[in-house]
Amino acid sequence: MSDTASQGSRHIRDIGSRLWIISIWTLLIFFIVNLFGIIGSVLMSSFATRWLRSWLPSGLTTNWYVSAWSEFQLSDILFTTFQVVGAVVLLSGLLGVPAAYAMARRDFIGKRAVMLLFLLPMLVPPITYGIPLATVLYQAGLGGSLIGVILANLVPTVPFVILVMIPFIEQIDPRIEAAARVFGAGTLRLFWTVLLPLLLPGVLAALLLVLVRTIAMFELTFLVSGPTSQTLVVALYYSVFAAGVRAVQSIDAMAVIYMAITLIWLIIALRFINPTQMVTRGKQARA
Amino acid sequence: MSSAPIPFRTRAAAHGFDGVTLLVIPALLLLAALFLYPFGYGLVLSLRPKDGTWLGNYFHFFSDPFLYQTIATTLALALPVTAINLLAAVPVAFRVRRMQHQRLITTILVLPITLGTVLVAEGMLNYFGPQGWFIRTLSLFGLGSPSSVKLVHNYWGVFLSLVITGFPFTFLLTLSYVSGIDVALENAAATLGARAAARFRTIFLPLLVPGLAITFCLSFVQAYSVFPSAVLLGAPAGPTRVISIAAYEAAFEQYDYSLASAIAMIMGAFQLIVVVIVLMSRSLFYRGPAAGAKG
Repeated sequence: MSDTASQGSRHIRDIGSRLWIISIWTLLIFFIVNLFGIIGSVLMSSFATRWLRSWLPSGLTTNWYVSAWSEFQLSDILFTTFQVVGAVVLLSGLLGVPAAYAMARRDFIGKRAVMLLFLLPMLVPPITYGIPLATVLYQAGLGGSLIGVILANLVPTVPFVILVMIPFIEQIDPRIEAAARVFGAGTLRLFWTVLLPLLLPGVLAALLLVLVRTIAMFELTFLVSGPTSQTLVVALYYSVFAAGVRAVQSIDAMAVIYMAITLIWLIIALRFINPTQMVTRGKQARA
Repeated sequence: MSSAPIPFRTRAAAHGFDGVTLLVIPALLLLAALFLYPFGYGLVLSLRPKDGTWLGNYFHFFSDPFLYQTIATTLALALPVTAINLLAAVPVAFRVRRMQHQRLITTILVLPITLGTVLVAEGMLNYFGPQGWFIRTLSLFGLGSPSSVKLVHNYWGVFLSLVITGFPFTFLLTLSYVSGIDVALENAAATLGARAAARFRTIFLPLLVPGLAITFCLSFVQAYSVFPSAVLLGAPAGPTRVISIAAYEAAFEQYDYSLASAIAMIMGAFQLIVVVIVLMSRSLFYRGPAAGAKG
């Protein structure tokens, strides 16, 4: 008697767990379908001649890309974007990697306070510190300039490089450096022939992540940039904000160009890193 | 007989200061100048309002409903969204953890984070708009019509955008915590006869709580500072006038940097309060290694 009863309840539990698994998958698939719908509708609209009150546009064209290119002065905006992103990647590497090396190799007084200073810009959202930062930059006469945009973007990227690089440097055995010293390598030689090759994979991954993040960094660039220092994502925001002034398809063509640039770099970055690394901030996030 | 004084270099090196330590200085100076100083400057500036009183801005903020209601508006968006994202992320992370094509899923989910809120907002205006594919599908199944279901330019538009960019973020963080738990612990429990629900309750949940608390904080802080989607997908004059919009308007439309700094400080303080509450309640739970006893 009790045997059949327990078998019965076990059967019900099996059905229950199967339903549970199915509902989780349904949830995830529903999310992904909608995500592709969002991206797909931008793509479809950018090629549409006319798309009103129907499932699909009435015809396809590539003219919107030509008109978006001239309407939004995309060549200027793209040039600005590459300048900003290039400078931010270079500078955050130059500032971040040595700092990470010092943090990984030395235990000095006040290290915890320094670590906190590096963690805070990653925890406080950009819009919160962006408004005082923009105020200071405008007071210093850098508001609206390219240099101001680059400086503002360094605030989250330098700590990001540091936090990604610290665990990476920690796992390089310091005895390798000691051995090079024993064999008479000077600091410069040690750096070029021992440290740089060992650090390169980590630096590459960190800087690719900085690159993708800076292309997509809206808030800080938006708060600091002026008419001549807009990056692509800020220009996209202004055109969506002023929807109705331009044709939707033209805005979508710009959105697709932005999407293509971001995705190309994302694909390159994903060859070196795991997608979860896009959100976890080095080992600190696991504390 | 006195010994020779210890050279400064040696004494400094004993405290961890030498040539290598100095490498930290450039990055430190940059952040001091561009992060600490603006915060201090903003705090001082917020205490020097136009009317000359000391706390004028803060009194103004908390007496003007158009301003102080932004806190409630922001919380009404950020808290439910963060809770839903976290509640959905945990079971999905447990499923994906043992999947063969885990990388495919994580790559797809990293897309909205990488593309950013502005692009997601533009896509959502098309997709969730009255003539978009989503509402068309709904009306195809008789679940709604363009006139009865409105998903953009209101609360739900911002809500959905926070789910679409926030869920992947929460999920990927949760996944990294879940995969950090030693499988041996679960296997041991399973061997001893614990079923999935019991294993989750007694093994995983206690180990996950610290990680989930941090995930909640990071996700909440992101949702709390929502800006572009609140403007583009919401009703920025009314139901989705979040606190970041109020700060932006004060700074760049009224050019009242003093009031804007005060709002930014209030925004930061509210984020801090929620984070501190969550992290303090974390200490009520188990804290310790998530790996097995033996390696």
